[in-house]
Amino acid sequence: MTELATPTRRPLAWRVATVAAVREESVVARTLVLDVPDWPGHIAGQHVDVRLTAPDGYTAQRSYSLASAARASAGYAVSTVEILVQRIPRGEVSPWLCDIAMVGDQFEIRGPVGGYFVWEPSRPEPVLLVAGGSGIAPLMAMIRTRKEAGSRVPFRLIYSVRDPDTLIFGEELARRARDDHGLDVTIVYTRQTPPGWRRPPGRLDAVLLAEAGWPATLAPACYVCGPTGFVETVADLLVAAGHDPAAIRTERFGPTG
Amino acid sequence: MTGVPEWVDGNDIAGATRELFAVDLTVARGRCATCGREAMVAEAHVYDRAPGIVARCASCESVLLRLVRAPDRAWLDLRGLSYLEVPIPAPVAPAAMPVVA
Repeated sequence: MTELATPTRRPLAWRVATVAAVREESVVARTLVLDVPDWPGHIAGQHVDVRLTAPDGYTAQRSYSLASAARASAGYAVSTVEILVQRIPRGEVSPWLCDIAMVGDQFEIRGPVGGYFVWEPSRPEPVLLVAGGSGIAPLMAMIRTRKEAGSRVPFRLIYSVRDPDTLIFGEELARRARDDHGLDVTIVYTRQTPPGWRRPPGRLDAVLLAEAGWPATLAPACYVCGPTGFVETVADLLVAAGHDPAAIRTERFGPTG
Repeated sequence: MTGVPEWVDGNDIAGATRELFAVDLTVARGRCATCGREAMVAEAHVYDRAPGIVARCASCESVLLRLVRAPDRAWLDLRGLSYLEVPIPAPVAPAAMPVVA
């Protein structure tokens, strides 16, 4: 029996994910490395739905961006994916994922899903990534995928955080800015900077976006991810700077408790 | 809490709609039946902290889609969309097409 080359369109199934490792990424966020047997692979920027079930059958479901490269990171099995979880006080799902879940624990995930906020290494245009807070997660997947795929597409990341404590992936971003050729990283602190930082705290504005981003004439692909207000502001600034609205992809978070 | 309910992007309903559809609905283009704006489902404003999911037009805030899920069924209301244009991956032609005599 010859297998049909037609893409299979099976219903989306819940799979059991097992926590394989935990990495603290900031005071408020950590990475869960998940082992998911039969993981079908994903595209950078896609997300998964996470479902937790209480002993009484009550379930709570949230959406999390995949932060790992489209192919598994070095040192991990192909069936591993990573999600970034940020602690939201009084949330239903995030306190468990952030404070209680440990290696060996299991929960359900469904995905990968989403074909809109995605980047594939076959795309030739330069890329501007703009992140606010934990909005860095899907953009990190793109940065990691770029490196794994050996892409030479120039990337610029502008990453807005409140203060040094809330900077996520700080060490890895500093390392990649040094080692991943063609990746520029600009961190913007809005409330408090590290000692001796060259720029006083302040919000991302048109001047900084022009300095650290790409001119619209280069027609970059723009990906903006963060809280709703942040994304609205940045998308408006990009359009005002002459970027094609169709080249600006956005992903807004509500508070993911 | 602010008085305005928080919304997220249409990207958020990729999983919920993949339960009903064979393809990714968030990259489908739809026309708002109220104001005529054409946009991808991913660009809609989604309110999901409720018993169901409501997607509203990013331009006029009219309801485009409502989806309510029970353990054994789902209710889907699409009357706010006058149409959806859904990309469907083209089948890759097999090297040798099986022929039925």
